[in-house]
Amino acid sequence: MRLQTLSLPEERFKPATDQKPALHVRDLTVAYDRKPVLWDVDLDVPPSLVAGIVGPNGAGKSTLIKAVLDLVPHASGVVEIFGKPYRRQRRLVGYVPQRESVDWDYPITALELVAMGLYRKIGWCKPVTAPHRCRALEGLAEVGMAALAHRQISRLSGGQQQRIFLARALVQDAQIYFMDEPFAGVDAATEKAIIAILQRLREQGKTVFVVHHDLESVRHYFDYLIMLNMRVVAAGPVADVFTSENLRRTYGGRLTLLDRAVDAIGQGTH
Amino acid sequence: MILWTSLDTWIVVAGALAGAACALVGAFLVLRKTSMMGDAISHAVLPGIAIAFIMTASRAAGVMFIGAAIVGVITALLVEVVRRYGKLEHGASMGVVFTVLFAVGLILIERAARHVDIHPEHVLYGAVELVPLHVVTLAGFELPRGVAVLLVTLIVNLTVITALFKELRLATFDPGLATTLGINATAMHYLLMTLTALTTVAAFEVVGSILVIAMLIVPGATAHLLTRRLLPFLVVSVVVAVMAAFLGHIAAIGIPPWFGFEDTSSSGSMATVLGLLFLLAFLAAPEQGVIARGLNLAGLRLSIVTQDALGLLARAAEDPQNPDAGLSFADFCLVSRSPFTARAPALTVALLLLRLRGQVSASGNRYRLTARGRAEALRVLRAHRLWERFFYDDGQVELDELHAAADLLEHYTDAGLRNALAERFAGQSTDPRGRRIP
Repeated sequence: MRLQTLSLPEERFKPATDQKPALHVRDLTVAYDRKPVLWDVDLDVPPSLVAGIVGPNGAGKSTLIKAVLDLVPHASGVVEIFGKPYRRQRRLVGYVPQRESVDWDYPITALELVAMGLYRKIGWCKPVTAPHRCRALEGLAEVGMAALAHRQISRLSGGQQQRIFLARALVQDAQIYFMDEPFAGVDAATEKAIIAILQRLREQGKTVFVVHHDLESVRHYFDYLIMLNMRVVAAGPVADVFTSENLRRTYGGRLTLLDRAVDAIGQGTH
Repeated sequence: MILWTSLDTWIVVAGALAGAACALVGAFLVLRKTSMMGDAISHAVLPGIAIAFIMTASRAAGVMFIGAAIVGVITALLVEVVRRYGKLEHGASMGVVFTVLFAVGLILIERAARHVDIHPEHVLYGAVELVPLHVVTLAGFELPRGVAVLLVTLIVNLTVITALFKELRLATFDPGLATTLGINATAMHYLLMTLTALTTVAAFEVVGSILVIAMLIVPGATAHLLTRRLLPFLVVSVVVAVMAAFLGHIAAIGIPPWFGFEDTSSSGSMATVLGLLFLLAFLAAPEQGVIARGLNLAGLRLSIVTQDALGLLARAAEDPQNPDAGLSFADFCLVSRSPFTARAPALTVALLLLRLRGQVSASGNRYRLTARGRAEALRVLRAHRLWERFFYDDGQVELDELHAAADLLEHYTDAGLRNALAERFAGQSTDPRGRRIP
């Protein structure tokens, strides 16, 4: 009886598409100026989980996301979302770019920024109307920013800016999210808000990919981990792949101290 | 006296239409931080116009527009290609592309000019004074040709920007997200470049390339100082451009006669007025202007010095031997540990302000707190000592450094924060050195 009630919400939120991997990548290679940045990336990530993407600087973490989203040209490779080519599944995909990638002096308010997540739903050439603004306000409320809806975006703190970026992705109502370093340089309140959002998205059966830097929090935030250094060093459930051997292969000789630190953390949690 | 004729009206109308059309597209160039693309394209379209003319032997507006639009897009593409494969930064790449194209255009026009009335100097300065001479009929009205062309351009720009307002906003703000939402940011970029090329050609025949660049960039730059929303941004850009056209022409025909000269080039004068309008916004913009920022800073400094002075007086009054002695002007400078407060001019102004507010009285040459001043001074002192307590108890700051840290924060402590601090130290009534927290 108890088991049944527990499994009910999961049934309800399970997307019809979950027979196929949420993200399937085969032989993806990306090169800038003939210099390869990503080599032969193969991935099959099941749906309904929060996946971290970690690796040293220049490992191609952001590039992987951008290549999946067709924002950088691929030299080769196939990308499928729930079993179909990305281009046919765009409406299922939400994207949170790096905070530094936009000009925060741009003359718009927090609410207008969040409403951008609805532009596909609104359609070409149609204006943003009252119901859309209501939805955007709900999105802001979900990240605890409703009070600052009408503030110009340059007058928000870094953490607040990150939160409205997330609110914009939430109102997109996607099935699969790609977030580029959402935890970079945020305050404790924002970190908490982001973790709560990841938790909620997972409960709703969504799949979330997060480019991440802080190895210490990997075990707490993610179910699944992609360890990247130009190639996929390891990918799988965190418990299986987050090992000192894989860390050494990902970070090379550069982080021996870190290796030991992670070992210590590993021992603590097991 | 200014003698105003219908000629002048047409010149102002042509300038205003050119300004409005340029300001609309220019606003997006400024927001995309590619303002100089406007510069590049406005020069680079020249060979397009010349080739279109040579190929069709016609100066019909339609032919010119097609030539210019094609070259405009080619310019944008070339700039991208040269930047990527020439390993150059964006500015250098634009410099390479547009100077070469402009030079080619000049040579072509010089060849063509033997047969027609396009003159290289008109390319630079335009010929706004000649606008009323060629008249065409548009929808039953007789209009100067230049005005008709600009009117159509403005309508095209207005239509495209109104229809694609939110798409342009997203593509110029966050191209990555735009592309994932199915609004191809690259396509939007080339659309903007095409509009820029068309507008440039329409405007440049009338007002010349220098004013075109000014009209593309300066209104947007001015609006950036004055507004924080996109729609007002566009409106302010257009208003600035139209004002510049009107005031510029008046200045051109009105000012030189004062000095005994003939009237001067209207388009040059319009560009100058644009610069002056920008300067005005730069100095006097309500929030971001130099004056407003200066006043804000001065106000903040003054409030810090007055609070410091009150704090010093409150500490002096704690002396059990002589609580009513007050402080002399020299004492303030001696006792103060803040270099700022010890400066005589700042202190003079602060003490004057405190006396005007009735918080400090002066007799002899000694300053004392009044009853009203005492209440305020105790609030400052309280904030200071609560902060000292806070830092000391958290063990973050050494005893010697406590004062400086607390000094900084006491000025930014409002009633709410003060009460929150007080609640935290409810059991404690002294600061870390054992002095009473008022």
